[in-house]
Amino acid sequence: MHARTVARAAVVSVVAAIVLMGSAASAFACGGLIAPNGTISLTRTTTLAAYHRGVEHYLTSFSYAGKVDGSLGSITPLPGVPTKIIKGGDWTLQRLEIEVQPPIPSAEFAVAGAAVAEDAVVLMRAKVDSLDITVLQGGAVAVGNWAREHGFFLPPDAPEVLAFYADRSPIFMATRFNAKRAAAQGLAEGEGTPVHVVIPTPNPWVPLRILALGRQPQDLIQADVFLLTDRKPEMLPQGLAPTGNPDQQGIVQERSEPASASLMNDLRSDSRSKWIPNGEMWFTYLRIDAPASTITHDLAIDASGFGHPDPIAAGFPPASIPVPDPNAARSLLWLGAGIALVALFARWRIQQAATTR
Amino acid sequence: MRRGVAAAAACATLLLAAGLAAAATATPDHVRTVTMTIHYSRFDPASLQVEPGETVRFVVTNTDPIDHEFLVGDAAMQEIHENGTEAHHGARPGEISVLAGATVETTFTFPSTLAPGWEFACHLPSHYDFGMRGPITLG
Repeated sequence: MHARTVARAAVVSVVAAIVLMGSAASAFACGGLIAPNGTISLTRTTTLAAYHRGVEHYLTSFSYAGKVDGSLGSITPLPGVPTKIIKGGDWTLQRLEIEVQPPIPSAEFAVAGAAVAEDAVVLMRAKVDSLDITVLQGGAVAVGNWAREHGFFLPPDAPEVLAFYADRSPIFMATRFNAKRAAAQGLAEGEGTPVHVVIPTPNPWVPLRILALGRQPQDLIQADVFLLTDRKPEMLPQGLAPTGNPDQQGIVQERSEPASASLMNDLRSDSRSKWIPNGEMWFTYLRIDAPASTITHDLAIDASGFGHPDPIAAGFPPASIPVPDPNAARSLLWLGAGIALVALFARWRIQQAATTR
Repeated sequence: MRRGVAAAAACATLLLAAGLAAAATATPDHVRTVTMTIHYSRFDPASLQVEPGETVRFVVTNTDPIDHEFLVGDAAMQEIHENGTEAHHGARPGEISVLAGATVETTFTFPSTLAPGWEFACHLPSHYDFGMRGPITLG
């Protein structure tokens, strides 16, 4: 796969996370960005979550469009504390898009195809091209305060959404776009910056509810989520079976199959992609086309083979502890008493038999 | 003589102090205090009933990590604020900014009649549409 060819596929991938902004002047026009007046650019987002040997590799891309005054940003909830945050492969996300949306055949493509606390605690800082990334630990209020104090614009549903995540994992990644650095680096408008977050976690999940942050209930959330796992995963919520209708709404599981050798070879040949395992992997593609009001959970993944994705990781409330039935308890008591009486009688009989002898 | 003057002065001081204290704590009988909480960008209570011409002291607590507003008024006033650009409120009765984590208060006297459309609301960007508004009616 030729990088240039992939770039020509022009699949725009954007933030698969909350996107916040620091000033009214920067306004909309940014993929997935939320403007202070509530206007939103409806752009499809792309994410890859690869899980191998207890480590989640989370890849997403941040892009901007339009005139930016330097205060764009986003906050992404994470399932654990990352060990490193680096620039992702140049075209990994685009290659995944091509895998599920083959381009119209052309001569060129045919050739290519052959190829927490009171205050939030700052845990890590990283720079990836024009992005300043800060990993925070803290509760919803602490992280919200940190974001506000650092110039992030938080929409009105942010307090509840941050609490939804902080209750499970108080780790957040705040990403700020540095327009001056982007200009100095010659970053073109609309050009994405891939970010690769390495997160050791026994319990992987992919944030989905965050995609609906700041959106009106009827707004359509569109996202492509790719999974690469050691074996076929079980997920919660379960994806819908595709009906063939391109306008089908919901979380539609379009693909679930062993990753093709060509896909894996292509992904491994991308820059900074040595982390991709050499063995076979299972490929899952989820297409999300659903109103914001229905995106109320995250995607819990169990790739262990046991087939039990964690409902808590998906954001479902903890199951209520069943209250013991008083009648059942009484029956058990009587049963126990009965067994004790039988045992005593048997012992008495044995003793009697011994004395008679 | 000196003792008499001193005693009179002491009495006068005491009387003055007592008068000042009474003035400070005196509140008209018709002032009602309403405690309003903002949590997850929602008002609690979600609606309010007032008497004609009643004066209400609002004590507003914002538990969220984001700023809010508490603005009392009729539909025309709410529309002005929805389209307005005032960054902060506090100068006019019944209009106050509630910063993240803060508790503030404002006192407002309602007119004797209320046309439909009286509300308390927050007009920070997209907050009103999110549902940060509650109707005010006559009880």
